Order: sequence, then structure tokens, then C-alpha cells
Amino acid sequence: MCASVKYGSRGPALIPRMKTKYRIYYITLFSVVLLGLIATGIYYITLFSVVLLGLIATGMFQFWPHSIESSAEWSLDRRSVHDAPLVRIPMSSPIPERGDLSCRMHTCFDVYRCGYNPKNKIKVYIYPLQRFVDEVGVPISSTGLSREYNDLLSAISDSDFYTDDVSRACLFIPSIDVLNQNSLRIRETAQALAMLPRWDKGMNHLLFNMLPGGPPDYNTALDVPRDRALLAGGGFSTWTYRQGYDVSIPVYSPLSVEVDLPERQPGPRRYFILSSQTAIHREYRVELERLKEENGEALLLLDKCSNLSQGLASVRKRCYKGQVYDYPQILQESSFCVVLRGARLGQATLSDVLQAGCVPVIMADSYILPFSEVLDWKRASVVIPEEKLPEMYTILKSIPHRQVEEMQRQKWTSVNSPLFLPLIPPRSPGFTAVVLTYDRIESLFRVITEISKVPSLAKLLVVWNNQNKSPPEESLWPKVAVPLKVLRTKENKLSNRFFPFDEIETEAVLAIDDDIIMLTSDELQFGYEVWREFPDRLVGYPGRLHLWDHEMGKWKYESEWTNEVSMVLTGAAFYHKYFNYLYTYKMPGDIKNWVDAHMNCEDIAMNFLVANITGKAPIKVTPRKKFKCPECTAIDGLSLDQTHMVERSECINKFASVFATMPLKVVEHRADPVLYKDDFPEKLKSFPNIGSL
Amino acid sequence: MQARKKYVLLGLCMCCWLLLYYWGGLQERLLGLITHKRGEVARPWPSWLDRDLLPGYADQAELQNDGGSGDSPRQRRQSWAGIYKDSRCRMDTCFDFARCQGQSGFRVYIYPPEKGERVSESYHKILTSVVESRYYTSDPREACLFVLGIDTLDRDQLSTQFVPNVDERIRGYPLWNDGRNHVIFNLYSGTWPNYTEDLGFNVGQAILAKASLNTEHFRPGFDISIPLFSKEHPQKGGERGWLVRNTVPPRRKYLLMFKGKRYLTGIGSDTRNALHHIHNGKDIVSLTTCRHGKDWEKHKDTRCDHDNQEYERFDYQELLHNSTFCLVPRGRRLGSFRFLESLQAACIPVLLSNGWELPFSDVIQWNQAVIEGDERLLLQVPSTVRAVGIDRVLALRQRTQMLWEAYFSSVDKIVLTTLEIIKDRVYSHISRNKFMWNALPGGLLVLPEYSTHLAHYPFYYLNLGISPGQEFTAVIHATSPLVSQSQPIMKLLQVVSKSKYCSQIIILWNSEKPPPHRSKWPPMPVPLIITDGRRKGSIQTSSRFLPHAAIETEAVLSLDEDTVLLTSEIDFAFHVWRSFPERIVGYPPRSHFWDPVKKAWGYTSKWTNEYSIVLTGAAFYHRYYHHLFSHYLPSSLRALVDRTSNCEDILMNFLVSSVTNLPPIKVAQRKQYKEMPTLQGTKTAPWVNPEHFTQRQECVSTFASWFGYMPLVHSQFRLDPVLFKDHVSVLRKRYKDLERV
Repeated sequence: MCASVKYGSRGPALIPRMKTKYRIYYITLFSVVLLGLIATGIYYITLFSVVLLGLIATGMFQFWPHSIESSAEWSLDRRSVHDAPLVRIPMSSPIPERGDLSCRMHTCFDVYRCGYNPKNKIKVYIYPLQRFVDEVGVPISSTGLSREYNDLLSAISDSDFYTDDVSRACLFIPSIDVLNQNSLRIRETAQALAMLPRWDKGMNHLLFNMLPGGPPDYNTALDVPRDRALLAGGGFSTWTYRQGYDVSIPVYSPLSVEVDLPERQPGPRRYFILSSQTAIHREYRVELERLKEENGEALLLLDKCSNLSQGLASVRKRCYKGQVYDYPQILQESSFCVVLRGARLGQATLSDVLQAGCVPVIMADSYILPFSEVLDWKRASVVIPEEKLPEMYTILKSIPHRQVEEMQRQKWTSVNSPLFLPLIPPRSPGFTAVVLTYDRIESLFRVITEISKVPSLAKLLVVWNNQNKSPPEESLWPKVAVPLKVLRTKENKLSNRFFPFDEIETEAVLAIDDDIIMLTSDELQFGYEVWREFPDRLVGYPGRLHLWDHEMGKWKYESEWTNEVSMVLTGAAFYHKYFNYLYTYKMPGDIKNWVDAHMNCEDIAMNFLVANITGKAPIKVTPRKKFKCPECTAIDGLSLDQTHMVERSECINKFASVFATMPLKVVEHRADPVLYKDDFPEKLKSFPNIGSL
Repeated sequence: MQARKKYVLLGLCMCCWLLLYYWGGLQERLLGLITHKRGEVARPWPSWLDRDLLPGYADQAELQNDGGSGDSPRQRRQSWAGIYKDSRCRMDTCFDFARCQGQSGFRVYIYPPEKGERVSESYHKILTSVVESRYYTSDPREACLFVLGIDTLDRDQLSTQFVPNVDERIRGYPLWNDGRNHVIFNLYSGTWPNYTEDLGFNVGQAILAKASLNTEHFRPGFDISIPLFSKEHPQKGGERGWLVRNTVPPRRKYLLMFKGKRYLTGIGSDTRNALHHIHNGKDIVSLTTCRHGKDWEKHKDTRCDHDNQEYERFDYQELLHNSTFCLVPRGRRLGSFRFLESLQAACIPVLLSNGWELPFSDVIQWNQAVIEGDERLLLQVPSTVRAVGIDRVLALRQRTQMLWEAYFSSVDKIVLTTLEIIKDRVYSHISRNKFMWNALPGGLLVLPEYSTHLAHYPFYYLNLGISPGQEFTAVIHATSPLVSQSQPIMKLLQVVSKSKYCSQIIILWNSEKPPPHRSKWPPMPVPLIITDGRRKGSIQTSSRFLPHAAIETEAVLSLDEDTVLLTSEIDFAFHVWRSFPERIVGYPPRSHFWDPVKKAWGYTSKWTNEYSIVLTGAAFYHRYYHHLFSHYLPSSLRALVDRTSNCEDILMNFLVSSVTNLPPIKVAQRKQYKEMPTLQGTKTAPWVNPEHFTQRQECVSTFASWFGYMPLVHSQFRLDPVLFKDHVSVLRKRYKDLERV
């Protein structure tokens, strides 16, 4: 008891390997996923987060994207389940109708109960626990509340979905445990459901069931008549599953909690295929044995141990010709593990197999795989029609090794660039130049004059970062053909240059320092043309590189003449306005404040941000130039002194630790005009004036 | 007396009721005292004192034994076929897989048209798409799938295109077999006033590829929902999506819009009649008109005149271009033209069509591209769409474009998607996963026969967070017989084999003479493989892009026998390719252009400021493009290449650009990649011949017409080494050789 309380506050990174803990999380996430799934039917929740949660919830994917705060404070409420009130079901109490197969969200679900709320969170009510008995006092279930169902309800009541206000609830969850149909008295359970005060033909009620059906024919959905209630069930077939209404869930295996399996790296295993199930139909066992004969050692075909007495020991052992193997440990010794249907479609073995990091080979025709609407099962398992069991070996052998390893890994890191569509935006309406300045007026005016010659310039914004001095009056500014606007900032912060000002009406932004006077109009126009072909990247002039310093064991900043580039300075760079929005509102950790406090590295931060979200390198354009203005003194131009370089290196190390990775990508190329340095009439070149110093 | 009795009874009832009420209330309050008061401290579901004593939901032995091993699988399969028929059809029970296991694989047969039979324009396009697809067969014996010659698109009895007596006719077909392995296309079913899903004939066990499918009638994993498309929908190619840039913030002038018919009566009128409620004339424009049909004025209500007037004030096209979200309410039927229109327009569809099984729902994750509303909650739609954040709008909008271009922009794509979905089911262990269907460039361009592994394709490196391999295979196209050891190919072999990234060299022999013995070739530090590219002794130019099994690396360096390159040029280009593995990266640039005088596409090899083609005489690309070239492109185009011994490189550029929507990449300065022919040369190179050039002009036009549009894209830059021709000591430069070219 106390142990579980303590575990409640532990970090979730250990999930798959922690015992008591695991079940709690499993159930927590699992129910959250479920609610999320159901909620999508009602509201417009993004499924993406749900998918992630789903992966973890099913224990399939041994990684953890973000931590979930678990309330460690348990109530002082200390009661026994036996204290729950007793409810007697009259014999004549009404029985709900059997589930309606045509039910869908829009026909059997009352959305009006779910009232609009902007966070798209539906509210869930859990009925208080009651002990239902029939007229002579016999309980409706042989087990009553099970540990798993209790954990599941606890998890829901701990989540944001929970409400104790029945009138606000959108979804109702009975506290009647129907996880295992075998322990239920069907008729009485149905009557008990119908007695629930808000039952109302089962509308908006959600039942959880993992083991449906009973002998001899084992239905694939819970046999308890349940009107219109939604069903989260393990072992649905395509004929009982109501798509978009029901949810298919995995059959939970308590073994995964009891046994601590070490994490295995992807790679070849001792056996190629393992069959560990004990209840396999004779016809299939014959087939498997034939496969074993043909392929020998590659297959391990286990069965019950005949000499062991019943009980826990027999559950944890498997045998082959008198040789005893530990289960589920043996699952880790095989690349593929067979999950065949038995009397039921849903098999607890699937959970064991996934937990062990073995790639499941699922053979259960018509089975609706758990969370199939959101999980990409083809990436984590092999589904083979039962009829093709004899061809299993050939089919599995045809899968490339690398793919098997990816399946074993069961986790897919993925970069999802926000600007993923390959678009080359039209040249018009051009770009907006954003000049950051403090007080170098003369240099600023020269920059403005130079930029104004660029054909595709649409607008000039001067970000005036000096609060002590007003910008020169209008008449003193250079006359330019495009709109020019001075934006005065409230504080002298570097991040001001990356603010997504409403005044920026173009997609393309040219960030430029007030001392970059050496870029020609051709170079700038060419930079813009290159940006159009790479609108999701930073396209800039001076390139920089990060290097791993083996002696110091950390990253180093490099600005010398290098053959490689991993960053471009934003003292002169084109980029998409979207990155301004990201920089300002979505920069991870404290980077933004750190940059403002140190008055340095805003460009490195921008490079990290863009590379991290797109997975792509920046593009350096045109040949190297001396990017120092003759007028600027060492005190004035920031990028000069040595301590500054040290600080830049620190920035890289700092950002790499905040991002928890090194997102920068190194490339060996830069972009030049097609006819750069070619023996070709200059006047026929689109960009003749490139690289002049 | 009677009355008194009544009163007493009523009183008694009242008492009972009050008592019950009170008692119940008391109980509830008591319950509240127990569960609530104490529970509310931290958590409402109690932490039971005996939690650890609770039994497990199932005994472990019970879980493992699972109620025995069930019925005989063989018997079960047999009995299923008898039970799960017609409305409960699934592939397992209503499809004959054996028909698809033959040598010819997945083949589709179309019944020949009967005499005097006329099919609608749309159905004609569907049939054309099937015939032109790589799955078509004219031999019913090798067919896996059958398509009717009878036009079943419009099954509205009131329609002029309605075909009568379908039932009798199909029953006469010897191959009908109760519809097994048949696919029936349909756009309109039912008629006024209920528009049911009935097609007016018994489809039996045939797969329905139908628009406006209802989830309740949809046979999951069996039927295929297709989009409603108009008869103007193009056969192939198709218009690109309208999104040309990702503006930030992504909001357009209007937040939400709808402009369409209002039904005064009948099915679908509930939703359409309510749409005007959300119209605010400012950022939400929801306009309906009563003016449609013959006798609308008979049914018109009080709103009609005002609505009709407001309706005329806004232009539909203008709204479509300038709206962030577009309402797609159901019409008489569940699907409507609005759906494809808004997808193309990058106007995020907000669906109000309860029970609609979305097009290709088997494979497309629609929640990434549309917002599924509920007809019952129309009034919540404005606040819902207002709450969608910048990131989501950007993502949804781009996804509309991806889906439009991958699956919907032409009849070809719609039909092919339908066929590919069925094919994926038939060969389920060699099929695309959800990721392939939903990532760029879309499922049609992914051939699972090549591989089911994502890392084997050029498209997914970024998503997977991995880089292409560190080695390449050089494929040299040899057309001249080997006569001397000083031939260009000998030099080329030396240059290529010196690259540290080269893992093997394949010489593709395509000369009139048989390939020389291995001993005639110089010794190499890497494996050298000589492959005969000829078929039956005749030269096959297209064989240069055959997916040779010997190519084990992801990168292919394609070379002509007389290509002149330096080893460092090869190394540099390979580095660049690893950053752009989905594109062609190479040296010789060419360009296409539109000739307004001839009103045709032109081709030029002149030096210009831009290029759209990089010739495969010296270029890197992913080996998967060999597969696409040989299996995705129609044999007619490959035949053209073989007939003329020309244009294969242009075709490869068309193919790759149509997949990526991007230009190829020219690297470094070299443009001339061959020695200029000398006058005393024994054999003149084919490309010196002016006819050769004219042919290439024609090729560009032919290819553009097969693709249905011009996929080539221009680029204005080339990629040079970072320090290329910079004023730095050459000692610092990694690729100093490139400056001597």
C-alpha cells in the first residue's frame, strides 16, 4: 500500500521496468488515451498527442516524450471496498437491450451533454462504488472490483477529465467491473447497469472489457446487454467493432508488472521465431511443428510444461522436449514472437511480447488491433492471415534486417517540420528587411541606402533598440522607394529583432545588422532567390561552424575559414517569418532570456531553433567577404574580441543542453549563381556583381 | 365516491412519491457524506484500504489458456464464408485471393462495352484510368479484379444517365460470381426524397467504391469511400493546389465561409437551413440560396428573398481564395463538391456531415487535414475554428495540399488510389503502412514491392532522423565497343574507383557488340560488375534505369562512358546529394522553356542563368528512382526512349521533379561534361547530331502531356564548395581541384 504511494512520485522514465508502478501508469495513460479517442469523436482534439500516449500506454514503446505529473498526495480516506453500499437487484428489474451494432457517435451519443469548452476536454463522471447483489444476496460478479479496474478508475479520477458533478458530465463510467466476462452473471450485471441513475439507455456510458465472450463460441464483444453504451474492448472482430464508436484496447497482462525485463538493444536474437502460447489449436500446432522441422534451430516452439504442477510456477515456465524456459524472459531471445488467436481474438501474450521488445507476428483474422485507428501497426508488427501460417517463415525472412531492428526499437523519432510542403513561393511580393540598430546612424543610413536598391525589397523596418535616444527625424533619413518604418522598442533586447511584428507582411524576412554595408544589391537579390527555393531554412551570408573539442569534451564555435558550415549569422540572413513567431513564443527553456541577459548569441539560438524543428542545415550564399565595416571599432562591433568567441562557444554548449541534442547540421556547400565565375558575358548574367570586396 | 377514491389514491401516491423522494435524497446525501465529503480532500475515487488485496481481473492461467484453443480454424474459415456475406462482407469472406496469386499478380479487367452502350464522361475517365494503369489486362483469365463496363456512377432513377436493368445484365455475366472480386464505382445513389444508399441493383459481394458512403453501411476494410468529383475533373495531371506561400499569421480575410444551396424540404435540409445562423457578414460568411431547382418559388419561405440578395453580394471564388476555413456541410447526400474544392483551395474543410465515411478513410489520416464537426453543434463551429492555433492552421492547410495533389487532383489519382488500396489488402504483408500513405509524396509513389522499409526510400530520411548511407554505386552506361585501353571509359573507371565513397562499379553494356571479357577491364580497387543491358541483343536505352539487383547502395552515380569528371568533383557531388537525397544532384545543367510562338515546350542546352534538368550522364540520385522509372512510368514512355535511344535522362528528370515538386541541383562549375568531339574521331557522338536535339524537343512535349502538366521546375543557383574560389590559401581548401576545371 505504502509502497505504491511512494512510487507514485517517481519519475516516469523507468516505467517499463518498474513493477507496481508500471501498472498504474499503464492504466493511467491507457485510460487517458481512451478518453482522448472518444473525445475526438465529439470534439476536435488533435490525435497526435493521443498517439504518443497510446504508444506508451500499451507499453509498446519504451520511451517517454514528456513527464506526467502524478499526484503523490493520496487522500486520508481509508476505507475498504467492502464498505461500499449493498444494492439488491429485484428479479424483475429491466434488462437493457443488446448492443446496437449500428450505433455511431452521431446516432447513439448525446453531444449536448458535453457542452462546449475551449480546451476540448470532455468531463467524465464515475459512479460511486456499489456492491450489487441479486434478490437472494448473491453478488453479480465473482470477483467484484478488480485491481486493474480500480487502478483504471483511480487514474481517470486523477486526470483532468474527471468531474464529480454528474450534471456536468459528458461521459459516465460505471464502477461495475466488467473487465472479465467470465466472472460475471450476465443478466444481473445488465440489470445493475440499467439501475444506474443516469443510465438512460446507456447513452454516453463507457464500459471497459478485456475478456469478452464465454464458452463455447466466445463472442468477440462483451455479451452483457448494454443498450447504447460505448465499449472499450479487447478482442473485437471486424464484425462487432463499431468504428468511431468503440475503442479496441489491448488485453492487459499482469506478468508485465511482475517481471522485470532488462532493455534489449535492437539486433539479431538467438531464435528467429518463437511461439510461446500454450493454447494453440492442434491444427496450428501441427503447422508450427512442420515449420520447425523445415527450419530447425531458427524456430523455438514452446508449450506448457507437463511435469509442473498447476499454479504460478506453471504460468512462468515453458517447455520444449523436457527443456524448461522462463517465461516471459525467453521472449527476449527471439526476433519474432508468434501471437496466434485462441478461442478469443485478443491475447494477453501480445502485451508480454511487446513488453519484451520482440516483434509480434499477429495471426488473428478479423481482429481489430488495439488502438488501430491511431497506431501504425504495420510499423511495429507483422500481421499475417491465419491461412498463411505455413508461409510465415518465408514472409518474415523477406523483411530487411534494418526494418526488423526498427520494429524492435518500437520508437520512432521524427522531425515534423512546420513548413513541410515543398513550395517555391512567387517572387512578388518580395521581402521585408528588418534592420536592428542602436545608435550607429551613419552606418545605418548606408545600409538602408544599399538595401533599397534590391529589386525585391518590399518594406524596410528599423528596430530602434535605443531607449535613451530618439531616432533621427524623418527628413534626415535616406529617401527610399519602399515604405520605411521605425519601430521603437521598450527595452534594449536582442530578441526584439526576431519579434513577429504585424508590420512584416511578407513571408520572407531579411534580418540585417546596421553595419552590414558590404553586400551588393545582386548578392541580396540572389539571397532572396535562394531563400525562395529553401523557404524553410535560414539563408545567409557569413557562415559559421560548430566543432566538437575532444580535449575539452565540449562544443566549440568556429569562425575561421572553414570548408564546412552549420550556421549562418543573422546579421545578414533571409528566413521565414514563422521562425520569428517560433523564436518569440516557442523557444525551449530559458534560451530567450539567456540571450537577452547576455546580449549575445541570438543568431546561434535562431540557428538551433530552425535546425531543430526542420532537421535541415542552413544555406550559405555567395563567396566569403570581410564582414567588418571599416568604421566600426573593436569596442563597437560585437563579434570581434576573444572573450566574445569564448562566450559564443558557451552559447552552443548551453543551447545543446537545453535542446538535449545537437540539432545543427554540417554541410560543405554554399549557393552561388549558376554562372558564377563562368566565362560568360557579364551583362548576360542575372547576378554579375557577386563577391566583389 | 368515485372522486373521493381518486383523491385518496392521488394523495397516497403523492405521499409515496414524497417519501421516496425524501428517502432517496437522504440516501444520496448520506452517500455524499460518505463518498464526497471525505473524498473531496484529494481524490474522488477512493484509495481503498484493501487495494492491494483486490483480486486481479483474470487469473494468469486463465489469460494464458484463454478458454482453450477454440474451434478448428479450417472449419471456422468455412463457416465464416457462409455467414459473413453481402452487407457483412469482408475481404476474408467475400474476396477470392487465389485469383491474385498467379504469375501476373494484380491485374484488373474491364468488361467490354456492349453494342450501343454509352457511358458518362466521368465513367469514361475512370475506365481510361484503369486501362492506362500498369494493372490493366485484357485477359479475364489473369484478372484479380473486375470492373464493369456498365456505367454505375449515377444510380438516381430520375437522372438521364441512369442505366436500367443492371441486375439482369450483370447476372448474365459468366464471371460475375455474385460480385466476388468486382469493384463497382458509384457517385450518386438513391433519389428524391430520401437519397438512400441503394444502387437499385444487388451488388452482392462486390467491393463498392462509392461517394457519400455512410459509416453504418460501409463495410470496413472492404468498401472504399471515394470523393464526389465533377465531370470536369481532369483525367490526369490536374491543377496544383492553390497554396503558394505560408503566410504568418496564417489567417485570411475571412475566417469561415460557405456559399451554396439551401434545401427548403427533404433530407439534408436541417443542416443547410441552419447555416445562416452563423453568418455575421464580417469574418464569417455563410450564405445560402433558395434559388435552385425548377419550382423553388413554390416552397419559398420568409428568409428566401433576403438570403438570395445577400447571396449575390459575395463571389464564391473570391471567398474560396480568401477564407481560412470552409464549411463542407452535407448536401442531399453526405459528400459534396465543396470537399474537393476546399481541399484544392487550401481552405481547411470543416465537415458537417454526420456519418460520412471520409474518402479513402482506410489509409488517410483526415484529422491532420480537416476539422470534423457535428451537424448538431453547428453553433459551436465559429468558436471552435477561432480556437485553432497558428501552428495547427499552418499544418492543416499544407496537409490539404499534400492530400489534394497526392490523391485527388485527377481522376487517374482517385482511381489508382482505389486500386492500390485494394492491392495493399490483397498482398497485406507487402503493403504500405499508414506513414507512407500520409507522408509526402503520398502512397501512389511508394511501390511496396521495392521495399516496406521506410529507410529504403529517398523521402523519409528527415522524418526518421537518419542520413543516407556513406557509399555509392557507379553505373556507367557503355555504348561503344571496347577497342583501346585509352578510351574515355578507362579513364573514367580510374577516376571513379579512386573515390573513397565508391563501393562498386556497374558497367551497363549497351553496345551492338557483346560485352568484353572481364580480363579486358583493368583491375579495380572496388568490385566491377558488367551487366548486359540489351534485350535480345538490341540496345535498350531505358535499361540504364532498370533496378539492377546489384545496386546495394542507396546512392547511384549515373555516368556516360565518355563523361569527364575529377574524383573530387564526384566526392563533392556525393556530399551534396546526401543533403538532398530525394533530388537529382549532378553536373550538366539543361533547361526547358515555354515557346510562345510554337505554343509548345522547348528544350535548350545553352548556358543560361537557370536550369531545370541535370543530365544523368554525371549525376547522383537515389536507387529507388530506378524502380519508379521501370515500374511506375508507363511502358509507352520507356518504349519511346528505346525507339529513339534518346531522352531517358529528360524522362528521369520529369519523374523526379514530379515526385518532389522541386528542381534538381547542379553542383560546382563544370557544365561541359564530355570532351568535345574531334574531327578525326571514328564515331561521332549521337548528341552532335541535330536530329538528336529535335527529338529531345519533342520528348519534352510528349512527357509533359503524359504527366498532364509540366513538372520541371527552374532553379537559379548551383552549389559550390564553401571556399570555392575564395581568396584563401589553397591549402585550406578541401576541394581545391574543382577550381582548375
